[in-house]
Amino acid sequence: MSTLREQIQDVIENEPVALFMKGTPQLVMCGNSDRALRALLEAGAPVTAVDILPDPRIRQELSALSGWPTIPQVFVKGELIGGADITEELHASGELRRKLDEALGPEREQTIRTVALELAPAAS
Amino acid sequence: MASETIQALLQEAFPEAAEVSVVDRTGGGDHFHVTVVSPRFQGLPLLDQHRLVNEALAAPLADGTIHELRITTRGTP
Repeated sequence: MSTLREQIQDVIENEPVALFMKGTPQLVMCGNSDRALRALLEAGAPVTAVDILPDPRIRQELSALSGWPTIPQVFVKGELIGGADITEELHASGELRRKLDEALGPEREQTIRTVALELAPAAS
Repeated sequence: MASETIQALLQEAFPEAAEVSVVDRTGGGDHFHVTVVSPRFQGLPLLDQHRLVNEALAAPLADGTIHELRITTRGTP
């Protein structure tokens, strides 16, 4: 099994749009995660969501990788876009859609999927 | 209490700011909306603007004082 950090890196690098959030798109557990998700969907983004709540190590590893302290975090093609406020602002200005068009093409398929990370048992 | 701490941290990090404000969104002392208007943000990508604010608040973000943070930044010419 790959390490947690490798799995997170894999999602960031290989998913067109990665959203690390509290909860899932079906059951969002935080207002900011909800704002980021909505902005992405309204801009026509395919979203690959990762719930960070199941284990605190997910958030620790993610923030260590991205250098971004808060949740949610949005990545497009491996590039950190920002948190909820930035994603919302970029959506409002139309820049988010332009960025997505540029990175993924205008004819993208809008799918929503959730990826669960495999966690090693906590060291005792 | 936390609002004043955050306000002080931001003012320390952005002494040149035209505006620094902190709103306790829920009254519970852990959901904040901060606004910083500074010439330093002029021409800087939004990501970097927010990164500077996050860095200024690294301590209260790390120790859980800030449970939820909204950031608004604007550059002034």
